[in-house]
Amino acid sequence: MDIPFLFQTMKTLLAAVPMTLALFSLSVLFGGLLALLVVWMRVGGNPVLSRFARGYIFVFRGSPLLIQMFLVFYGLGQFGFIRHSFVWPALREPFVCAVLSLALCTAGYTAEIFRFGLRAVPPREIEAARAIGMSGFLLVRRIIAPIAFRHALPAYSTEIVMMVKSTALASLVTVWEVTGVAQRLISQTYRTMEVFLCAAIIYLVLNFLILQAMALLEHRLSPHRRAAAPLVPGSLPVSR
Amino acid sequence: MASATRLSVRNIHKSFGTHEVLRGISLDAHDGDVISLLGASGSGKSTFLRCINLLEVADRGEIVVDGERIEMVTKNGRNVPASRKQVDRIRAELGMVFQSFNLWSHMTILDNVIEGPLHVLKRPRAECIAEAEALLEKVGIAEKRHAYPAHLSGGQQQRAAIARALAMKPKVMLFDEPTSALDPELVGEVLRVMRSLAEEGMTMLVVTHEMSFARNVSNRVIFMRSGEIDSDGTPEELFGKGGSPAFRQFIGTFGS
Ligand SMILES: Nc1ncnc2c1ncn2[C@@H]1O[C@H](COP(=O)(O)OP(=O)(O)OP(=O)(O)O)[C@@H](O)[C@H]1O
Ligand SMILES: [Mg+2]
Repeated sequence: MDIPFLFQTMKTLLAAVPMTLALFSLSVLFGGLLALLVVWMRVGGNPVLSRFARGYIFVFRGSPLLIQMFLVFYGLGQFGFIRHSFVWPALREPFVCAVLSLALCTAGYTAEIFRFGLRAVPPREIEAARAIGMSGFLLVRRIIAPIAFRHALPAYSTEIVMMVKSTALASLVTVWEVTGVAQRLISQTYRTMEVFLCAAIIYLVLNFLILQAMALLEHRLSPHRRAAAPLVPGSLPVSR
Repeated sequence: MASATRLSVRNIHKSFGTHEVLRGISLDAHDGDVISLLGASGSGKSTFLRCINLLEVADRGEIVVDGERIEMVTKNGRNVPASRKQVDRIRAELGMVFQSFNLWSHMTILDNVIEGPLHVLKRPRAECIAEAEALLEKVGIAEKRHAYPAHLSGGQQQRAAIARALAMKPKVMLFDEPTSALDPELVGEVLRVMRSLAEEGMTMLVVTHEMSFARNVSNRVIFMRSGEIDSDGTPEELFGKGGSPAFRQFIGTFGS
């Protein structure tokens, strides 16, 4: 085993980790915000918006992310009105295109995850909040969102781990994140196994850390689901 | 009766589809009144209570809470509240206790109790906590304040739910079968709390199947049948000679 080569490879790949993390965190952030908008349209009660949201979710979940990314990267420039608009300097950047397509795609999945979280909110608990005079945004902020988010968290963790892996596709639109740098190294050294092994270890460590953080968050948010005391007889199996 | 009218309901009608569940119910509750609402399953008791705080919207009729009339308008042929703000304000003045407690499962008992005063009434946190702790003391579950609803017995959960409603300093308390989901041995602790509330002069409207409560604690009993008020009077009148044949038959099923 060529330890110095592995060490050198690791060093080169680690230098690309900030780019992978930037792709990941920006797309999760914007994708999450967009998902909130999509889920609001989906369940808000307006049939036109709801249909649009359904279409959005179908398109971005139903087609390969790689193709979405190519369409954003190579496709947007085909439209004159985009090429001549003020956003074009940004959209010409591979990094911006990668974040944009990653965010658009994860928003589709995340919107569905949030929607299932919303469906798990017990109507009785919403009713109790209405009965003390809560409505609108206050009701969402204090009662609905916290309960829905707790229900959505396990599925959301999975989606976030998927996003770490999806950043690898950005290499195909020339963003130099970990996988892209690994491929460049391979083309220079022809040592496929060692380089990809190093890259895989980096992704595993990243995801391990992210999963630990999510598990911690889940633990923090769910003291009510852990048995503090044995369930006392006398309580009907009410919503919890 | 000279005391103030806390709640006045006039001629409430409510249908679900073609099924007319409430057919013109009227009722006045004065300060300190404890009114027991009795009736067979499906007679419309819950629907009536829910119409009062607008969890259901009545098709017709008038509701006045402590002198303030709830404004209604007709929209697309349906009767709807004119102002969401007013609905929220009125709901904050009416405490509701549900059969299945409906505590917020992700919050501790203390957080459940301070939620309304803190976020709806927007009062200072320290004040809310002090009052909540006093209320939990009063309903006898002070030591459970940092526990979660799932970790409490049904009787404790219902007492917490009562404390949560009281924290809003309501003008009228509405109870929808507060003890029906409880094991028999836990009913007493909840009824005791309700009784002490009644003795302190709280105005209460209580849907119940507890005949002892109706007889001994309330000062007025209303018997509902098929969406109408069948009998209405003091417990002495109704449980004495005054009840209708339907009422006699109804209480007969409770073996009293
Ligand atoms: N949301 C609803 N949609 C349709 N029908 C309803 C709805 N809520 C209540 N009903 C019907 O209205 C009638 C009265 O119901 P309600 O719950 O008010 O009765 P209740 O007197 O409280 O009975 P119980 O003692 O069983 O609680 C019932 O026939 C019920 O099926
Ligand atoms: Mg009922």
